[in-house]
Amino acid sequence: MIESKAKILSNTPLTQDVFKMELETEIATLAKPGQFVQITVPNFYLRRPISVSWVEGNVLTIVYKVLGKGTDKLSSMRPGHALSVLGPLGTGYPIEAKEEVLIVGGGVGTPPMLLTAKAYQDLGAKVHVVLGFNTKDEVFYQKEFEELGITPVICTMDGSMGVQGTVLDGIKANHITCPFVCSCGPLPMLRAIQNTYQDGYISLESRMGCGFGVCLGCVMKTVEGDAVRVCEDGPVFAMGKVVL
Amino acid sequence: MDLSVKLPGLNLKNPVLPASGCFGNGREFASIYDLSLLGGMVTKSVTPNARFGNPLPRIAEAESGMLNAIGLENKGVDYFREHELPFLEQFDTEVMVSVAGSTIEDYAHVVEHLKGVDVIKAFELNVSCPNVAVGGMAIGTNAEALGKTVAMVKQHADKPVYVKLSPNVTNIVELALAAQDNGADGLVMINTVQGLRMDLRTAKPLLGNVTGGLSGPAIKPIALRMVYQVAQVVHIPIIGCGGISNAEDILEFLYAGASAVQVGAANFIDPWACPKMIEELPSVLEKYNLNSVQEAIGKALPQK
Repeated sequence: MIESKAKILSNTPLTQDVFKMELETEIATLAKPGQFVQITVPNFYLRRPISVSWVEGNVLTIVYKVLGKGTDKLSSMRPGHALSVLGPLGTGYPIEAKEEVLIVGGGVGTPPMLLTAKAYQDLGAKVHVVLGFNTKDEVFYQKEFEELGITPVICTMDGSMGVQGTVLDGIKANHITCPFVCSCGPLPMLRAIQNTYQDGYISLESRMGCGFGVCLGCVMKTVEGDAVRVCEDGPVFAMGKVVL
Repeated sequence: MDLSVKLPGLNLKNPVLPASGCFGNGREFASIYDLSLLGGMVTKSVTPNARFGNPLPRIAEAESGMLNAIGLENKGVDYFREHELPFLEQFDTEVMVSVAGSTIEDYAHVVEHLKGVDVIKAFELNVSCPNVAVGGMAIGTNAEALGKTVAMVKQHADKPVYVKLSPNVTNIVELALAAQDNGADGLVMINTVQGLRMDLRTAKPLLGNVTGGLSGPAIKPIALRMVYQVAQVVHIPIIGCGGISNAEDILEFLYAGASAVQVGAANFIDPWACPKMIEELPSVLEKYNLNSVQEAIGKALPQK
């Protein structure tokens, strides 16, 4: 974990309320798939935890959704400004050689799966990607996965694009039988994934105080009843480990 | 510059201690800086048995600060003694153990079970946690209950006992005197200020526990006022706490009558906040023509 004054290189909308920001910071050289950073937003007290979506040299890409005043302020920040960034934080995906990997992203749970897909690809895995959104206008990152040579299966709840229904409907419709799944997305989606698959990992989201294991603001329970910190023990957990 | 302060049980090389609940039990911070830089440190509150804590969300942003409602999550005193305290033996820093409970007997139980542990230099009674249904603040906001608790703990403790006061009272002086009159060796002021935030989408309180404790710069003036009031009537030392983020803040608390300070929420925003403040402190003291920390203590108090 280091603290870095990261220069904003770009901050552009991907959809109406989802933004992509590129930051110049040495944290990019340290971050692993599934890890996150804590960003100070000017005039707000707590840092905002945001997952690492992509790294290239010393450029770190994050993708965030405007949900409140803090992320709204973040979306107004211009290139050239510097932000205090703490990271890399958390335990990411334990990337290991696999023949086949199924990557499932839902909404703003999609961004960290891009770097994760790339990491598995680099180890020779055949990577399937299924992405779920509510509607066509909320879809993003199709092009980014295509640049990795992967054609993502797009699912929308209202059927306005791709497969109508959930990511599980998309997996079924495309006859993807890979049993090893890595997934990040909203809780209902992760619950459905955990109910369907036994092998793989999920990445969780939480409100956080510190982001490095101290404040116990993001603690959840495992199936054995033990307490785990989303920020430090996670955000990536083995499939079925955490009670959702 | 002499930054040292001697308090009951605590031989502080500088007046800066991370506050309870904002420093875990030191492990995470030990991986980013040497804990021996610190004057001392305060552990996460320990209860007789393990506690899981409150439902999520436990954290919320607030103007110039934050709300928390963790709910005293910890693994209980036996685990703490066996697995957490030994780790702290390697550091040259004064360890205060924060003690919490649901009943007066709980406090006595914890200090009794920590008897004879050399690394512990003092106890801090958390009678001011606003986020638990029983005990905690209920004890710390009632002078009679507070006095009884302090008196009972003093019978069982083999180290000096500091009492962390709650700001959620009408008359802080009354509570401070109740602690002092029943044998407290020092005071820590203040714990968090009880607060609440709403979730506009659900039209419900945002925190799982409904209310939480406000900390951060927002409460600094409240803490300073209370330290200033209490310092004029007690003869035991006060460790100031509440929104301290830099060395100037430390000096304000020293002027108000605090002999040392605890740093809480600032550790979350900048994990290196404490060593940075310790490094800045000499130049800040110099700037205001002070030759030591000792010289600054109580400088603003009316002369008797």
